[in-house]
Amino acid sequence: MKNIPLRENVMDQEEKHHVLSYAQLGAVLAVLLVLTGITVGVSYVHLGFLNVPVALAIACTKVTFVLMFFMHLKYEGPIIVISFLSTVAFLMIMIGFTFWDVAFR
Amino acid sequence: MTASQSFYHTPAPPGLTGVKAWLLTHDHKRLGLMYLMAILFWFILAIFLGLLLRTELMSQGRTIMGPEMYNAMFTLHGVVMVFLFMIPGIPAIFGNFFLPIQLGTDDVFFPRLNLFSWYLFMLGGLVAVISLFVGEGFPDTGWTFYVPFSIENTANVGLTVTAAFILGMSSMLTGLNFVTTFHRMRDKRMGLMQIPLFTWSLYATAWVQILATPVISITLVLVVVERFLHIGLFDPDKGGDPLLYQHMFWMYSHPAVYIMILPGMGVISEIIPVFSRKSIFGYKAIVWSSMAIAIAGSLVWAHHMYTSGMSDVSVFVFSLLTFLVAIPSAVKVFSWVATMYKGSIELTPPLLFSLLFIYLFSVGGLTGLVLGAAGTGIHVHDTHFVVAHFHFVMFGGTGFAFFAALHYWWPKMFGIMYNLRTANIAAVLTAVGFVFHYIPMLILGLQGMPRRYYDYLPQFETGNFLAGFGAYVMVFGIVLMFVNLAMSFKKRVPAPADPWGGTTLEWKVPSPPPVHNFPDKPEIMDFPYDFSDVVKNKRN
Repeated sequence: MKNIPLRENVMDQEEKHHVLSYAQLGAVLAVLLVLTGITVGVSYVHLGFLNVPVALAIACTKVTFVLMFFMHLKYEGPIIVISFLSTVAFLMIMIGFTFWDVAFR
Repeated sequence: MTASQSFYHTPAPPGLTGVKAWLLTHDHKRLGLMYLMAILFWFILAIFLGLLLRTELMSQGRTIMGPEMYNAMFTLHGVVMVFLFMIPGIPAIFGNFFLPIQLGTDDVFFPRLNLFSWYLFMLGGLVAVISLFVGEGFPDTGWTFYVPFSIENTANVGLTVTAAFILGMSSMLTGLNFVTTFHRMRDKRMGLMQIPLFTWSLYATAWVQILATPVISITLVLVVVERFLHIGLFDPDKGGDPLLYQHMFWMYSHPAVYIMILPGMGVISEIIPVFSRKSIFGYKAIVWSSMAIAIAGSLVWAHHMYTSGMSDVSVFVFSLLTFLVAIPSAVKVFSWVATMYKGSIELTPPLLFSLLFIYLFSVGGLTGLVLGAAGTGIHVHDTHFVVAHFHFVMFGGTGFAFFAALHYWWPKMFGIMYNLRTANIAAVLTAVGFVFHYIPMLILGLQGMPRRYYDYLPQFETGNFLAGFGAYVMVFGIVLMFVNLAMSFKKRVPAPADPWGGTTLEWKVPSPPPVHNFPDKPEIMDFPYDFSDVVKNKRN
């Protein structure tokens, strides 16, 4: 990372470090382990059409915890959050439009 | 060493001398110039390959080469132009040199990563060269590497797509560096709506580089996997889908068109107000249109696939979305023209190239609508009309913007002036040659001449001869332009800090700039295109 001795840049006013305590990290880890257990448990229950949506919902919840706490998204400014969400939107559009073509072919 | 001594005399990091001061540099300006050298080499090579192709087509039958050589040569022309000139051209050279300066800072956020990007670029070029001479030779697939041909043919596809993969990584890292620098390094007194439009265009481009490039990287890896492991991703016999390749290829390669053109539009947005002595018309509209082009341009990829067997619903939707991109593009064109209205126009080479850009890009954009509309698009698909349209946008657009940038920032980069009259003559010759070269191709396409064909029916001979003639005039103009720029090193007429009367920060520092860019704290203007002082000084 570049140091700027001569001038002040926007980073100086925006940069804030947030350190999570071991207790908080441990709590998130516990939640992830519980959700993993639920994933395994649900796989033994036949839900018909809901099999895939339920599995995906649990996976998305886990991803959200990892992103927010382990990857600090919860404590970042709006630019980082918007940047991340735009990458997700981009991916959804790419995959969605391609499957759309296949569905109507 | 003084604070205002040029970066040529101040290695960064300090202590390096000779070639090491360049090859190990962290200075964004030196890296910009290193890209300039490498990219010009590739550009001139690809220009001459194109000239040989048009010479071959000037008369029916064999003229100077056989069909296999012709196929390999147009592939090489496309690969070199797209991956080694058009995509990196403006961002890597002028972006590296001027983005930090326009943001009021002394370097990019990741200087070492910047150097690494340059090495990746050189490695990618080297691998492309190696692929010419080893194995079964350079591929004849065209720069699109469409499956199943690229999977089944015996030429050296694996190595060439590896080169494109490496070049993609270089492009992605440059984009990452620019986005980070934009957010983290700009002078804290500079608000978002005080940022010059060239930097805004680079920012929009950088996002496309970051988001779209991984898609082509993965796709090219899959081609290699498919060639060597035959796992059946794209092969229908094994349950694969060849259209999946086309979707994935164009997911990157259509946004890549905007990677190529957006920085060019940024250059034009800088030049037009300076030589009109008038504030840019619709600053915010241009900023938002850059972002809108980056977003809408990422949603239109399948308009390259109307005749590939895609669903009719998709053809309809992608055709509609394609028309949306025309709106922000038109916003820019109208803003440039409105800026010149009642301006105090000074016709210099950068402005002349910019005006030619507006004309040629508009023709390219409007012929793009012919192709974007599914009805007419299917009619002229895979004909010379497509070739002409593409070159109007890419060469008439990006190419002329590149020339404009070269002439606009040359005094700043090297501290010397070139001969303005010769540059104007070169610009006119290049444009006249361009029109003679590509207008016949538009007509040939409408008459039904396919692209990428080695030979043609007798009725197409006149058009092809004219196109070849235009190519020679155009190349003569380009050679004259480069000779004129090279002669400036011999005559060494010193350039002042602000030879054109520009208002953005690069014109506030010496020519060439010192290693840390700003000897003193730069003054950040409320609006980057306020020419009231420039006009006042001129009157006095």
